[in-house]
Amino acid sequence: MMLDLTPYQRPTGVHPPLHSPAYRSTALRAPKHKLVTLPHRLTEITGPLYGSEPVTADDADLTKGHGGEPLGERIIVTGRVLDSDGRPVPGTLIEVWQANAAGRYHHRVDDHPAPLDPNFGGGGRCLTDSGGRYRFVTIKPGAYPWPNHHNAWRPAHIHFSLFGRAFTQRLVTQMYFPGDPLFAYDPIMNSVPDPKARDRMVASFDIEVTEPDWALAYQWDIVLRGREATVFEEG
Amino acid sequence: MRAITPSGITPSQTVGPYLALALPWPDGPYVVPEGTPDAVTISGQVTDGAGEPLADALVETWQADPEGRFNHPDDPRGAVPSRTPGFRGFGRSATDADGRYRIVTVKPGSLPAPGGETEAPHIDVSVFARGLLDRVVTRIYFPDEAAANAADPVLASIEDPQRRATLIAVAEPVGLTFDIRLQGDRETVFFDV
Repeated sequence: MMLDLTPYQRPTGVHPPLHSPAYRSTALRAPKHKLVTLPHRLTEITGPLYGSEPVTADDADLTKGHGGEPLGERIIVTGRVLDSDGRPVPGTLIEVWQANAAGRYHHRVDDHPAPLDPNFGGGGRCLTDSGGRYRFVTIKPGAYPWPNHHNAWRPAHIHFSLFGRAFTQRLVTQMYFPGDPLFAYDPIMNSVPDPKARDRMVASFDIEVTEPDWALAYQWDIVLRGREATVFEEG
Repeated sequence: MRAITPSGITPSQTVGPYLALALPWPDGPYVVPEGTPDAVTISGQVTDGAGEPLADALVETWQADPEGRFNHPDDPRGAVPSRTPGFRGFGRSATDADGRYRIVTVKPGSLPAPGGETEAPHIDVSVFARGLLDRVVTRIYFPDEAAANAADPVLASIEDPQRRATLIAVAEPVGLTFDIRLQGDRETVFFDV
């Protein structure tokens, strides 16, 4: 039987190198050996599909479920999940997590002396619709200090985890907010070598989605790698 | 809705230390439901270049079912629901304070590959952690598949037998052990996908 296994693209210059000395935690964690090329075969071109998982609408509203309104600036974050050929990725699971408005994570390891918010847990999820669209309601996370170097602060960000439709498309990234003065000082954002690629992690303010008297909106598309365009079959 | 033109692939960023706020699922480690006949527990420790356990990592697995099929439309042989009830193919386990993860699964079947080759039973693995700016990917192979492993094209692409051995799980009285060493002696083989 002839197996048509159209591989996925292997982008170069997009993702950060695992060894990024300015981000100190990479020193003991990034593998030292050269990565071995894994051809894209059946296990790699398939992946978990979560179109039927029990995700509720409330899961996409991080301001709910805690008995009261969290403090901070309420925001709407919307966008689409696409592949690099522009095709929407429908029915795919997005998971998000973030700090609260004061820059504190609801996590035992976070000892930043900023207040926890009893009305904010900071985790959410949703499935993209048939057009690959997603929508979260949350509060704008605060910047926070971290021990990487003297006076190190992370720009405000929301962590995003995506599956796509294949093992090769799995992506975890961070969404940043436009105009943050901390960008220039952040070794995690700047681990991405190409400034244009860095810009693709920054959301846009969106007046059209902003809801009057209620919440500002940010728009952010996430692009997963697509399949290679042409397959040359070997005789 | 405005037309949106994709401007290129979104870069990867680290999961950071707080992934536990969203990523662990109560049933995450169960690729098959508890009590499934022939279920096997695969567990191991994730360690860094100093030999220290990673207490803040996440290990994910993806695999074929025991018949070597995927219930996925992109499998050119067709999407086939598994005969193993409740088989999900996907597993996810956060590491504990000792850097240990654990999944409960069934051994996948072998898989056809282009050119008439056959891939030995294997599980694709992603590791996410603070300090990893992108996931690292490895594969679990099975110790009772010596002949299939010897013919596996991916294992064959790793010349050093000691390195190749890092991809073979170790049989224990209960289940299999697959340790993941990010650096150091016997660093696990990681793949560029």
